[in-house]
Amino acid sequence: MTTAQKQLQIPGEIAIEIRKMNKWYGQFHVLRDIDLTVARGERIVICGPSGSGKSTMIRCINRLEEHQSGDIIVDGTELTNDLKNIDKVRSEVGMVFQHFNLFPHLTILENCTLAPIWVRKIPKKQAEETAMHFLTKVKIPDQALKYPGQLSGGQQQRVAIARSLCMRPRIMLFDEPTSALDPEMIKEVLDTMIELAEEGMTMLCVTHEMGFAQAVANRVVFMDQGQIVEQNAPKEFFSNPQSERTKLFLSQILGH
Amino acid sequence: MAFATSRAEASKGGFRLSMLIYDTRFRAITLQVVALILFLLFIGWLTDNVIRNLDAKGKDINFGFLWVRAGYDIEQTLIPYTNDSSHGRAVIIGLLNTLVVAFFGCILATVIGVIVGVLRLSNNWLISRLMTIYVEIFRNVPLLLWILLTFVVISETMPAPAAFKITPAILESRAALEGIEAQAGGNGFWSRITGLQTLSLPFFLWLLALIGISASAWQYARSRLDAGKAALIAAIPAVLWIVAALTVFSPSLSPVLADSEASAIGPTEPAASKFFFDSIALTNRGTNVPAPLLDRPLGGTEIVSVPVNYSVLAVIAVIIVSVLANRSVIRRANKLQETTGTRPTTWWISLLILFLPLILLLVALGLHWEVPAFPVNDEGVSQGFNFRGGIQVMHSFTALLIALSLYTSAFIAEIVRAGIQAISRGQSEAAAALGLRPGRTMKLVILPQALRVIIPPLISQYLNLTKNTSLGIAVSYLDLRGTLGGITLNQTGRELECMLLMMLIYLTISLIISSGMNAFNSAVKLKER
Ligand SMILES: Nc1ncnc2c1ncn2[C@@H]1O[C@H](COP(=O)(O)OP(=O)(O)OP(=O)(O)O)[C@@H](O)[C@H]1O
Ligand SMILES: [Mg+2]
Repeated sequence: MTTAQKQLQIPGEIAIEIRKMNKWYGQFHVLRDIDLTVARGERIVICGPSGSGKSTMIRCINRLEEHQSGDIIVDGTELTNDLKNIDKVRSEVGMVFQHFNLFPHLTILENCTLAPIWVRKIPKKQAEETAMHFLTKVKIPDQALKYPGQLSGGQQQRVAIARSLCMRPRIMLFDEPTSALDPEMIKEVLDTMIELAEEGMTMLCVTHEMGFAQAVANRVVFMDQGQIVEQNAPKEFFSNPQSERTKLFLSQILGH
Repeated sequence: MAFATSRAEASKGGFRLSMLIYDTRFRAITLQVVALILFLLFIGWLTDNVIRNLDAKGKDINFGFLWVRAGYDIEQTLIPYTNDSSHGRAVIIGLLNTLVVAFFGCILATVIGVIVGVLRLSNNWLISRLMTIYVEIFRNVPLLLWILLTFVVISETMPAPAAFKITPAILESRAALEGIEAQAGGNGFWSRITGLQTLSLPFFLWLLALIGISASAWQYARSRLDAGKAALIAAIPAVLWIVAALTVFSPSLSPVLADSEASAIGPTEPAASKFFFDSIALTNRGTNVPAPLLDRPLGGTEIVSVPVNYSVLAVIAVIIVSVLANRSVIRRANKLQETTGTRPTTWWISLLILFLPLILLLVALGLHWEVPAFPVNDEGVSQGFNFRGGIQVMHSFTALLIALSLYTSAFIAEIVRAGIQAISRGQSEAAAALGLRPGRTMKLVILPQALRVIIPPLISQYLNLTKNTSLGIAVSYLDLRGTLGGITLNQTGRELECMLLMMLIYLTISLIISSGMNAFNSAVKLKER
């Protein structure tokens, strides 16, 4: 590796540990030797040019994608072919997608209670109470009985966040949660995420919202061509990028 | 509200005749009324024309022929019929024959279609490719050819009933064999295993198939279950194949016999044998299956000359009650899940409720099966020319049913595949990220959405299948088209009446099917988008 990579001090308990992880799509080497350690309560922003493998990397963390070599250990559970481990990891890791992926045939409330009822085996009444609690938290309790198609994009994304929270995850993954939204809706979603960060949730967030990164992230990870090129505290990262590729990327996204 | 205000506005501006065409509120109604008037005029002209022409030929419209003696035979009838019965009864026989093919055809086509459609989406390259070939073969060859081909294949390749007979020569060979075996020490289970013809080509192919099927089962099960259960599932085909091997690949003669000795003795079994524990015989005349007989039947009666069997009614009633009882068990399980979170295991209660009452009823009625067989004389030599007892199912029925089901299943498979694929990957990913297993995801997330896309075209396929039963005429299957639209029409010369009646009946069947399915569709469709 040519770029100087500052070894960061990781404080406290480890939530996610990725060691020498590689992934191929057929012949195409998407992820190369990924090493990443995330402490409990840490907020990490992942950025990089399109196609650099950001989505693929965070999707490996809850096994929506399978890695071919290296280790991924989430909350002490190693991700292998063992379904029990996969189930365990998935029930502790929540994920929010770019296109919300709400279930259109269920009401907002049912969207939020489906997994708690069928995976966590929580009584319906209690699951509904939890759902209302989180819907209140994302400020849309009055929409509970509507269907996803009747909500605005920003509201849908907040429902998606609430739906994940209903499983009471210890780690949240966000894959460009605001990039399908209009500017005025971006703020309401970011506010929800900031609130979540303030409560101490461990978060990995792929985003190009640099304001969000500066406000809440402990660390910014820059990826290019399937590699982690640079990672640093936000202040350092923006003011003093180490590699040429980072500088080029920052000049492009901050330039306009 | 909206309607009332628009009325108020209309009266405010006053009504002008040009509004009938230019005002969006009236335009649609105007067009419909004009279309209706034109349509009625057209129908009136047609009817008038037909009546005039019939008059000119000296014919009238009269359905009296339905009560006249039919005078022709029908091979396969579900209710009693002789050639002394009326044309009306022949029509009912034909209708029942149509319905029975349509009913079983729809079920078979759906089952095969769903399996093929889902498997075509499988990650297993071989399986998905095989399913693609299946679909392409069946939907790209005309249905009529499939019906004829199936008919020719099953009636030409099957042995004559005589091949099932035990002849005096066979009895002699058996006696000779027994003598030799008694000297050699018997023909037991172990000699079967040691006698496995392991070096033959069929055995090699069998081994390949066994490995392929077990590996596929393993791969499939492993993606959704843990290793132990997956191994169990992979073992099931293996066990079945081993049993098959012991019966197929072990020599029927004791291995102690040299080939020359065996040929000197001659065949000890008839050239053809029955399937399925010696109960089903496939011959070139038809398929002989066991007939259900009751020792203590409940009797019956006739309603409008259609026989009604109380025993059958009792069985149907018990099935309906069991299904309803089972639904209440499921509802209670749902309730319990809502209040406590854990869902009780209900599958064995369901099994018990669904099958125990039915079994008890059948035992009470004294159900037993009359197996088709040749009568034998005192020495054990078969007598007669065909099987006695049981039911002989005509090949025309079998061919029509098989060809219709396979042909339609290819279309249904595509509908199912399209329906599942129409649901974006994001849906199953979101479900997976929430920790739902693939089976649950299918049931709770994918299927409820996919059914909405699947059902409307599925209705069309059911209607197609039902109407396509009329192609049974090609293999002389006497359905509605064969009786009412065929022999009855030719004998009575009442073309118009027969055609009208036939259209009316097909229309009624189709409307019943589509209204039933539409009701189901509105029950599953999305409430809001
Ligand atoms: N299922 C797939 N099969 C083959 N290649 C894939 C697949 N998914 C992604 N890729 C490729 O892997 C690379 C990384 O994709 P990924 O979606 O992780 O990028 P990304 O960094 O999230 O980009 P973006 O910012 O555009 O979302 C891309 O070049 C993409 O074309
Ligand atoms: Mg991406």
